[in-house]
Amino acid sequence: MTIGEGESVALVGESGCGKTTLARIAVRLESAETGDVLVDGISRRDLSRGQLRLGTTEIQLIPQDASAALDPRMTIAVSIGEPLSIHRRGSKAEREARVLDLLDEVGLDRSLADRFPHQLSGGQRQRVVIARALALEPKLLIADEPVSALDVSVRAQILNLLREIRERRSLALLLISHDLAVVRTISERIDVMYLGRIVESGPTAAVIDQPAHPYTAALVAAFPDPDPTTRERRAAPEGEVPSPVDLPVGCAFAGRCLHVQEDCRATDPHLSDHGVARRVACFHPLV
Amino acid sequence: MAADTVLAIKGLALDARIRRTTAQPVADAHIEVRAGEIVGLVGESGSGKTLTALSALRLLPDNIEIAAGRIEVGGQDVRALDEAGLAALRGSVVGMVFQDPIGSLNPSMTIGRQVAEVVRIHQQTDRAAADARAIEALGLVGFPQARERFDAYPHQLSGGLRQRVMIAMAIANEPRLVIADEPTTALDVTVQAQILELLQSLVAELGIGVLLITHDLGVIANAADRVTVMYGGRTVEQCSTLEAFGDMRHPYTEALVASAPTLEGSEELVLRGIPGTPPDPMRPEPGCPFAPRCARALPDCVTAPPVFTAIGEGRALACINPVPAAVRV
Repeated sequence: MTIGEGESVALVGESGCGKTTLARIAVRLESAETGDVLVDGISRRDLSRGQLRLGTTEIQLIPQDASAALDPRMTIAVSIGEPLSIHRRGSKAEREARVLDLLDEVGLDRSLADRFPHQLSGGQRQRVVIARALALEPKLLIADEPVSALDVSVRAQILNLLREIRERRSLALLLISHDLAVVRTISERIDVMYLGRIVESGPTAAVIDQPAHPYTAALVAAFPDPDPTTRERRAAPEGEVPSPVDLPVGCAFAGRCLHVQEDCRATDPHLSDHGVARRVACFHPLV
Repeated sequence: MAADTVLAIKGLALDARIRRTTAQPVADAHIEVRAGEIVGLVGESGSGKTLTALSALRLLPDNIEIAAGRIEVGGQDVRALDEAGLAALRGSVVGMVFQDPIGSLNPSMTIGRQVAEVVRIHQQTDRAAADARAIEALGLVGFPQARERFDAYPHQLSGGLRQRVMIAMAIANEPRLVIADEPTTALDVTVQAQILELLQSLVAELGIGVLLITHDLGVIANAADRVTVMYGGRTVEQCSTLEAFGDMRHPYTEALVASAPTLEGSEELVLRGIPGTPPDPMRPEPGCPFAPRCARALPDCVTAPPVFTAIGEGRALACINPVPAAVRV
């Protein structure tokens, strides 16, 4: 997968597809067995330990559970400032000023600086985690299900905040989400994952409106759209996502695909170009 | 009240003793479910929706008691029942499906025995008959090869199959009402679609009424026939699903629907959220709980809470300055 400067890309898929693992590999919380991560064209494998430690600030991760991501015994100001002190950016006074600026940027009142996480609402905690991720001026923000744990009426506030931050800083955003409607609103491109593979990739509106991969079609059909007038659905696939252990030969989706054919079970289709700016991993794409 | 009403809650208020103070997590709740329909109960944190639903079976924590209101299940006055009467209701007249099946199923008992257990508690049958009914119930909920997998343990099953086991337990004794509390929140979206379809077909085949509690508007839009919206411990609107999304009257319903993006996308690229946060039941405000966030709030809104009133066939509302009716061209 490729993310260009300032681009907004979404990674969608169900549990066990590997989307969170992929995000963690991107920020080096886990390592890949094969393949590579290149930042600004430079392979991570080519960097020395010292370079890796200090130079991995371009990509920052907002993990799934904001509440678990904050140390309950550190004040908000200390949490947000922690990356700055670890990387020794500026003097103490400069760091404190920077923390206050970050609070402003994420729409939090400066008076919250000395509070503890448990004193804040879920939406406020999420803003703190975002502020902390911005502290080192990243080029890419990876947001893993940033709003799933929040009340519906608060979600839009956080999504709008991410949008504003992106525009202001020309930041690239990788949004990991299972909510296709949110993805439709925020992301320019979408990558669909199934059992550790990207099976479709392309512009968001095109992929959602006219899915090429049968799994994408199934996801779109199954998505509970908050619009009762679109209730009739195309057929949802049978069964559930199989375990990634001991997968049979051939396409990983063959067992549940409504359009499966002989060749699908023989070899694994690779992600390849399919029309303008689209890629699909399927021998018999739907469009 | 119609003869086929399976659940009726009117004017419910709950008092909660927390440390040395008293709070009212539910101040004025109204719910009605009839046979053969799915009513979606939607609300955010602090809305009181789960406690209201649990009140139907008086499954409340020790520090919470019913302060006011009427609760009728299958025509019986639930507040007048003693423990024996309640035990007879739970698991037979009313089945419950909880959010997290792995937390609700006994990990050391086979799934077949767990479903059979529900049957044996409420019906005078022997073990063989209970097992047979368990297999039948598992079949009804689409559990594949129920007879062969009778001796499976919960941990051997996927999330979707575990939820089917919970639903089998809920319907094994032919209930009139099933209360499902966020039954699909923990499931993948393709499995969620299957489970919602299952609930709809059970309603059609068995004629049960379902109270489906959720915060997910997508689930409501796709599975519910009617909607009850709660906010800050009060029922604010009751109407059909189509009305809730296209012709709502309560400003909170309107704001909630506007904040949930649809798959079709829209011309506006900026999502409309609701400024502020849901109210804290420990710090109640006088007047309507939504007033501080309401675009249509009037001075009277903060002095006294609005009265829940019928406004038409199958519609009711608690608001003194409702959203005008949608104009039909």
